[in-house]
This record gives sequence, structure tokens and C-alpha cells, in this order.
Amino acid sequence: MSHFLRRQRYLIDFTLASLGRRKGKNLGLLGVYTLIVFLLASVMLFSQSLRREAGLLLENAPEVVVQRMVAGRHDLIPAAYLERIGKVRGVAAKYGRLWGYFYDPAVQANYTLLVPRDQEIKSGEMIVGAGIARTRGLGAGDYLTFRSAQGQSFAFRVADVLASDAELVSADLLLVNEADYRAFFGIAEGMYTDLALEVRNPQEVRKVAEKLSVMLPDTRPILREEILRTYDALFQWRQGIVFVLLAGSLLAFVIFAWDKASGLSAEEKREIGILKAIGWETADVIRMKFWEGALVSLGAFLLGYLAAYVHVFFFDAALFAPVLKGWAVLYPQFRPQPFVDGLQVATLFFFTVFPYTVATVVPIWRAATTDPDAVMR
Amino acid sequence: MIRLNDISKAFNQGQPNEFWAVRDVTLDIEDNRITVLRGPSGSGKTTLLSMIGCLSRPTSGRILLGERNLSGLPERFLTQIRRETFGFIFQRFNLIAGLTVLDNVMLPAYPLAPDHGALVQRATALLEQFGMGSKVASKVEWLSGGEAQRTAICRALLNDPQILIADEPTANLDTRLSQEFMTIIGELKAAGRTLILTSHDPVVSDAPCVDRVITLRDGQVQAD
Repeated sequence: MSHFLRRQRYLIDFTLASLGRRKGKNLGLLGVYTLIVFLLASVMLFSQSLRREAGLLLENAPEVVVQRMVAGRHDLIPAAYLERIGKVRGVAAKYGRLWGYFYDPAVQANYTLLVPRDQEIKSGEMIVGAGIARTRGLGAGDYLTFRSAQGQSFAFRVADVLASDAELVSADLLLVNEADYRAFFGIAEGMYTDLALEVRNPQEVRKVAEKLSVMLPDTRPILREEILRTYDALFQWRQGIVFVLLAGSLLAFVIFAWDKASGLSAEEKREIGILKAIGWETADVIRMKFWEGALVSLGAFLLGYLAAYVHVFFFDAALFAPVLKGWAVLYPQFRPQPFVDGLQVATLFFFTVFPYTVATVVPIWRAATTDPDAVMR
Repeated sequence: MIRLNDISKAFNQGQPNEFWAVRDVTLDIEDNRITVLRGPSGSGKTTLLSMIGCLSRPTSGRILLGERNLSGLPERFLTQIRRETFGFIFQRFNLIAGLTVLDNVMLPAYPLAPDHGALVQRATALLEQFGMGSKVASKVEWLSGGEAQRTAICRALLNDPQILIADEPTANLDTRLSQEFMTIIGELKAAGRTLILTSHDPVVSDAPCVDRVITLRDGQVQAD
């Protein structure tokens, strides 16, 4: 072992022995510190994971959605608009979509009704999202009755329950066929909720949107990248809300840690005097104190981050899920995929380990540069 | 040989509470001798001892260790000389509470980073030599006064210094332990070391092994 490493090992040995002398106090500090890192890391990991999940889910969504606007409100769009769009360069496919919301007073929840393009559903049947199935206690073969816009009752037989791997966005989903959808909501043939356009080349998406704005002045094109950005902003906003809620406890910890790290007791000052008198250099004392700060903060960081990883990816972030995921009534059961962002780890590391280590070193520098003859007096 | 030339030391210099603890002291301290600095409280003996041991610098005058002038050296070099040349036994022993006897004895060697196995062996051998072999793993706060002092002696000897400095070493010991301590001091002199002690305890100044007693009063040498 090189001289440098052996020297650091001696300093770390002494630091650990020193920390062990005030076991209760230091373990308490480590515990609170770990808890703070755990809370912050949990929120960061979970929000990051949600954003990533939303991005993955939207991968298959159409690049452009065209909605008709009447007096600033979203309105049904005639199928004739598809012909008016005609041939726009770069558009690989275009089709009308049918979807809408339905409020179920029985469970005081909003459902999303959707007509799938690629799935045949028999008349009088529906496929339900896992959230609805859970809330209403439904399984395949059960019946669900809704009251339509015209006051008639519609009984749907549950043909299937959607797989839970995309539950974040499908928890409240009900899939029905086109005829049932139109009959239930009273939507005439030839009208759609909106139009979807698939554009293969991402460079062309904005150009297509510009052309549509000119061609169909009473519509608005919505781009997938804009939806992604909105999701991003939404989850970041929620993350921010949690951070604000945590700010109080964070501040209390900062005050506590600063006081603990920067305040030198008379006993510690005396010990520094002894160490200097028996031949320790000022730099050795500072290094020893640096290790003290680094070991405590690094230990708390590793423990806290590990606990947060387990909390988010093995226990589905049970503490924060309701706030961060949204969905007031039908909470999606969603298992985030393990994913760690290097920059995020570095940011958290910088804001937790660095300040504490500095706080331990600065006051010791002042104490360590005084003459060692104080121990003789 | 340690040579003190016209040494003075002031505290709070230039302030209303300026105080000269040592004034114009000139002394030669020979190698392989036991020299005792004697005097009442406030006579300047501890201040003089701390300057000899490179724990502080004189305000004026020169201290020579052999041919080397210590007075103008920067702190880093003073620390190195202190570590290599001097061993300290403090009045209140100044052991670090919470650590074991062995850890306390090994502390002066940590900045030198020797091989750990060899260091443990050296410290254990010293503790056994001073009858502390059974206390190696004990916490220092459990030790009696005599045991604490023997631990402090072992710590002072760990880096094998040529000169041992002891400040009021018997102040916290009864007569029997004080005599025991002076026996150890005699043995260390026989082993070729130089010892400089401060004390106003007659057990120390009257001990047969002591070669020279210097009396200080009001920061000046009164008798030699």
C-alpha cells in the first residue's frame, strides 16, 4: 500500500474511532441525514421514472392530432376534413378518432371512452382498464350499466380487462366499438372527436402543422412532442410541490447539521491541541475532519439513495405515489421500471454531500491553525 | 545540546493586557541529562518548556537545537522536528478519552503512516515494558492516575525521540507514584535520552537522578 493511502487509512481509522465515541449523537445525525436523502431521492427517482414511462407510452401515439375549435372550445370534427386535408407531403396516414369522457356517479370517477382502431369489439361489449375493474370489482363476463346522454340505459358486457403494464394511462380506459360509442354519446355518423395524422419524418412534423393551420383555420394541430413536454412540465411541477412540502424539514436538517458540523466543542478543540502537540500537522487535522464529514455524508447518501431505490422500484413509491401520479379516484397501479439518471445522482450528491463536508472542514481550519501550546496551559 | 539565547516571550503583545511570561533567558541544556525547571506558578517554566519543545515560538531571541536555529522555522518544519525529536508528557496526561490505551499510544505515528502491524508491535512492546501489557485494550478513562501516566510516557516514546519533555509530571500523582515516575525517568536517562522537566514538587527536584535544577521567578532565571 502506498504511503499516501496508508496515511489516509490511519486518518479514517481515527475518524471512525472518534465518531464511535459519540455513538448516539452521530447515529442520530446519520439517521436524519439518510432520511432526508431518502425523501429527496425517492421523489427524484419516481418523477424521472414517470416522465420516462409517459414518453415510452406516447411513442406509439400519432405525431399530429387535429382538433376543431368552435368559439375557443374543442368541438366535433366532420369526416369531410380528412378529404380537405387531401395529400400533404410527409403524412403517412390519417384517420378520425372517437373518444370522450364519462362521469360515473356510482364511484364519482371520470372514465375515458375510446374506440380502438386496431381491435374488434363486439356490439354490447367493452374492454375495461385495470383501475376501473378494481374500483367496480369487475371481471370478464360481468355487466356494467351506464346512463347515456339521452337518458337511456346501456348495459355493456365486460369482454376483457386491459393489461396492467400501461396502467399509468389506461387505468380509467373503456374501449367500445364505433357504433356503440356513437349511440351512447349521440354522435352522428361522419363526425369524429379529432383527427390523427402519422408523420414518419420528425423534421417534417412542424411543417405539416403549419400547412394544416392554413388549410383548416378553425382547427388546432397538437404535436406529440408538445404533449411530451406538457407531461414533463406536469411531473416536474408535481415534483416541485413535493419538494416545497419537504423544504421545511430540509431546512430544519440544514440548521441542525450546520450546527453539528461547524460548532467545535471545547473537548474537540482540546483534542486538536493534543494531536498537534504530539506531532500532527495542521493538514493532518484538517484531513481527519474532512474524512469525518465525508464519511457521514457519503454514508447517508449511499444508504438514503439505496433505500429510495428500493422504495421506488420495489415498493412502487408507496409514500409519494398519490401526489406524484395524479388520478384523483382511480389510482393506477404502476410499477416503475428501474432507471437511474447519472446527472440526477450527481446533482443530489453535490447538494447533500458537499455542503456538509465543507461545513465540517471550515471551522476546523481555524482551530487547527492555532498554536499547539494551548494544551500546556 | 539545546541553546537558548536571550529568549523572551510576550502574550497579547501591543495590547493593554500585554504580559511578558519569559524575559531574557539564556541557557544551555546538555544532552543525556535530567534538567528540572523549578519555580512557583506564573514563573514562566511551562512557557519556556513549550518554546524548547517547538510548541510555540519566542517573541525574541534564538533557540538552537544542535546547530539548527528553531526560532525562525515555519510551522510545518517545527511540527516535523517536534515529532522526530521531542516526546511530551503533559500535566493532565492529555490522553484522548474514548480511545483505547493502544490507540492513544499509536497516535503520534499516524501522520508518518508506518506499516500497521509493525506499529502495533512497537506500541505493544512499549506498553509491556512499562507494565501496561494487560491494559492494551482498555479505554483510557478507566485507568488509574499512575496507569494514565505510564500510557502518556509510552505515547511520548513511540517515535523514539531523543528529548523527553514533561510538564509538572507529578502534579496529579501521590508520593509513591511520583517516586516510581522518577525511577522511570532515571532509566530513560540511562538509556541515553535527554529529559527536561518542570516541577515545584521536591520529589522531582530532589531525586538523585536529576543533574541540574534551574529556578525561575517572574520569567527570569533566579538560580542555576
